[in-house]
Amino acid sequence: MKYVDEFRDPALAKRLVEEINKLVLEIDFAKERPIQLMEFCGGHTHTIFRYGIEQLLPKCIELVHGPGCPVCVLPMGRVDDCVALAERKEVIFTTFGDAMRVPGSKKSLLQAKADGADVRMVYSPLDALQLAHKNKEREVIFFALGFETTMPSTALTVLQAEEDGLENFSLFCNHITTVPTIKAILDSPGMQLDGFVAPGHVSMVVGEQPFHFVAERYKKPIVITGFEPLDILQSIWLLIKQIAEKRCVVENQYARVVQKSGNSPGLDAIARVFELREYFEWRGLGSIDHSGVKIRDDYARFDAERKFPIPNIKIADPKSCQCGEVLKGVIKPWQCKVFGTQCTPETPMGALMVSSEGACAAYYNFGNLPELMAMKKKTEKEEAVL
Amino acid sequence: MTSSTPEVRKRLGELKAETINMAHGSGGKAMRDLIEDVFLRSFDNPQLMPMEDQASLALAPLLASGDRLAFTTDSYVVDPIFFNGADIGKLAVCGTVNDLAVGGAIPLFLTCGIIIEEGFPVADLRRIAASMKAAADQAGVKIVTGDTKVVDRGAADKVFINTAGIGVIPQAYQISSYSAKPGDVVIINGAIGDHGAAIVGARGDLAIENNIQSDCQPLNGLIQELLRQCPDVHCMRDATRGGAASVLNEFAINSNVCIKIDESKIPVRPEVRGMCEILGLDPLYLANEGKVIAILPEASAESALKAMRMHESGRESEVIGRVIAAPQATVILRTTFGGERIVDMLVGDQLPRIC
Repeated sequence: MKYVDEFRDPALAKRLVEEINKLVLEIDFAKERPIQLMEFCGGHTHTIFRYGIEQLLPKCIELVHGPGCPVCVLPMGRVDDCVALAERKEVIFTTFGDAMRVPGSKKSLLQAKADGADVRMVYSPLDALQLAHKNKEREVIFFALGFETTMPSTALTVLQAEEDGLENFSLFCNHITTVPTIKAILDSPGMQLDGFVAPGHVSMVVGEQPFHFVAERYKKPIVITGFEPLDILQSIWLLIKQIAEKRCVVENQYARVVQKSGNSPGLDAIARVFELREYFEWRGLGSIDHSGVKIRDDYARFDAERKFPIPNIKIADPKSCQCGEVLKGVIKPWQCKVFGTQCTPETPMGALMVSSEGACAAYYNFGNLPELMAMKKKTEKEEAVL
Repeated sequence: MTSSTPEVRKRLGELKAETINMAHGSGGKAMRDLIEDVFLRSFDNPQLMPMEDQASLALAPLLASGDRLAFTTDSYVVDPIFFNGADIGKLAVCGTVNDLAVGGAIPLFLTCGIIIEEGFPVADLRRIAASMKAAADQAGVKIVTGDTKVVDRGAADKVFINTAGIGVIPQAYQISSYSAKPGDVVIINGAIGDHGAAIVGARGDLAIENNIQSDCQPLNGLIQELLRQCPDVHCMRDATRGGAASVLNEFAINSNVCIKIDESKIPVRPEVRGMCEILGLDPLYLANEGKVIAILPEASAESALKAMRMHESGRESEVIGRVIAAPQATVILRTTFGGERIVDMLVGDQLPRIC
């Protein structure tokens, strides 16, 4: 297929892998410990597993799968709020398909639908807007979810709703921000990451500038990266090259899409409709300052949180769940106490098992499960001996 | 009506209504008119015509062609009921015919149980019945008995169909999902994902239009050609809901082997790939309604492939992988990119109500 296959060329991949293999020999610390690179974005995690990229890399490179799956990091209390909104008689609750199976403390949206709530899957907030036009006697709530990538489309939908004079449309806003979260990860104790594969689609909106602090303040190389397998291999090569040459700068591998200054109409729309929350709760990571946005007062009538009472109860993550440690790269998914036993894609306990972009689900679905479970058992035995 | 049919009824009833109402399921004259005018007129065969409570089927000819009966049933609830390349009627015939055929059986007789929502257009019902008849003729099977129910508006969505089928398995064939052996090859009869993609297109709720045709077709002709060339096919299933990935996993788990497939060998139409790229779907999990996956000894691979490619339904047949011993109960895909990954069973739905 034109414009796609070019980015999946195995011959080019082989050459990149050869170059990476040569470069790692120049990195001294790689003899002592693995070089840890974090891909922040769930889209990258998905590509890495779908194409089996990890096995192509030398053993001394370890990919840490970051928190960039908005479905995965949604705290249980927020899912309960969704269910409460969806179960109101007058409400048509619209959501992206991924969010349907995220477990709340009592049920998921999928279960709420089975119990009679009118929950509908949409592919765009504009689909929700159409539904609001067609169902004037009902309230259509859109479950707004995602990083800066999806924020402009939600913001523009709100502006459109205002222009259309709609009174039966609102957002349940759970948009989250990338940069404060990367900062929180960099500040967390025991952090040992050597470089970042930065999210391409987020960067398409926000541009390069917001990532400079990673290189300047934290002295970590960071490369803005596209989503095809060759994009990711090339970025790993660029990161390894920086590490070998002891440099740390922001590089843009995804220049065919990402402009230095981002997308200004998108940023304008975000600024008009949203403002930063003081803090936002993440599943597995806890509360992070300025890591979410809410709807500005000017657009309060499109804010489901203000239009309807919601329970807003904070529910602690299950104790046995180690999503946070997996997210920060402290442990591998299969090292989690409940991975593959109590926590599977059919019965996810932790958020990372829910979406196909979650690191644990990716290991479970695309990894060699029997081997992983054997390793897990072995580690557990060793720990018991200690 | 053939001459052997008892002359029980000289004239078939006529259905004048434009939509189905509750009276058409009441057991009275309205129901009789519906059954006679729509179904009897379409399906027209000597076993059905007497309208007894059961079809009576002669045993002797069955015994002559095999040593076991194959018996299967399936319900069809696809939404929408009409889509590119097929409709719920054709699907209901082909699906059951194929479930018989992949066991090596020669499909012979089908039943048709139909549940209709009140208010359903009679013209659509006629269209569905005609389509069932055409598919049955194509597959060489007869619809010999049936049942009609009408339910209140909202109690069913438009129309649901159940078909059960009987076929005869010739003595020579021993096909089972438990029989894959290391060294065997995996063959498919063409491009995957067409049916799932056609349904997405027909629904139109994703604002994606396409012209992809469902691959819905009876496979018994192709399968009988294949078995004539290669009677020792080890495993065979049609890859419907859950797609090729699910069938391969069933083989790997039941036979306790590893199936290794090569992404570059798996036929996928460019328009299906394009749609999958946009929507984030995996063609390996998209439904098919006219694709068979067979596992057979490597020594027979070439002749099997040749026989399949001679048949209209198998022109694009390919060897897509092979069976190895370990890791057991696992399907591994070698990606076009050169890496490898596990192909697991699908959890939940990629798309609901596709068949």
